[in-house]
Amino acid sequence: MILIIAAIIIGLAMIAMAIIAVIHKKLTVAVIAAGVVSLFASILYLLLAAPDVAMTEAAIGSGLTTIIFFYVLNKIRRKHG
Amino acid sequence: MVKKTFIFLVLVGFAAMLLSFIMNFGDNTALNDLASRYASQGPEEVGAANLVTAVIVTYRGLDTLGEVTILFLSASIIGFFLKVQAKDMKERSIRKTSEILRTASKVLTPAIMLLGVYVFINGHLTPGGGFQGGAIIASGLVLMLLGNPNLQVNHKIIYITESISGFAFVFIGILGIILAGGFLDNSILPLGTFGKILSAGAIPIIYIFIGLKVGSELSNIVSNMQETQKED
Repeated sequence: MILIIAAIIIGLAMIAMAIIAVIHKKLTVAVIAAGVVSLFASILYLLLAAPDVAMTEAAIGSGLTTIIFFYVLNKIRRKHG
Repeated sequence: MVKKTFIFLVLVGFAAMLLSFIMNFGDNTALNDLASRYASQGPEEVGAANLVTAVIVTYRGLDTLGEVTILFLSASIIGFFLKVQAKDMKERSIRKTSEILRTASKVLTPAIMLLGVYVFINGHLTPGGGFQGGAIIASGLVLMLLGNPNLQVNHKIIYITESISGFAFVFIGILGIILAGGFLDNSILPLGTFGKILSAGAIPIIYIFIGLKVGSELSNIVSNMQETQKED
């Protein structure tokens, strides 16, 4: 029961973060929100008894992707602005 | 306005497509045929305590080879397009990072790298494996680069590790054709005791090579990205 409630709360937080990532005006906030979506997704995978997928999601989805987005953001900002 | 209506219509279409999934969603009471075969025969045939690893490395080993190839292709394409000139490296100036981040990266990086190695060496016993371990190693490198942005990553070592482990992965797969039942068959080595570190035949060796390959590919992407950064 507690797990179901936790899963629902995490799911709602994921949807909220995804909406922020889409509509926020500042790109840095949007990138961080997209990373948080992945972090919550990895917790959800853990609750669904898929620790293998959770590890991949936490390392690649919220770690490497976010940092690569920031590197690219820094590079295109220097060129056009 | 037209654009927003169009986006809304597309979203409604997606919702209608996914509606049937939600309507039919329920608990599975039994495994399907393929899964029950893996679950019943897997421990005997492969000898890996982590059944996911048995499926990924042995039953579906060819798919794993394809995934590693895709990752290799994307890493080399990024390396090709982000070619760094020597003068860029001289010109770039990056603000010094804070004392806390520098010290923390010194303390934590070895621990994170060790965790990555642990994850792929124990891939056949505990959750995780080559991909996860490689990704953890690459995130250790990210922390290292964040703490010390002027760090020069030695690309030669990354290339050598990457090519040797890719070659060894395919070589072990072909050994499986010659010595055992087929491509990437793990019984070229004795299966050993179930649940011990030296068990499951060739799976630990294959997973170590996959881990090194994925780790070097992701590290290559990150360090290539990092070398094109500078602060004006």
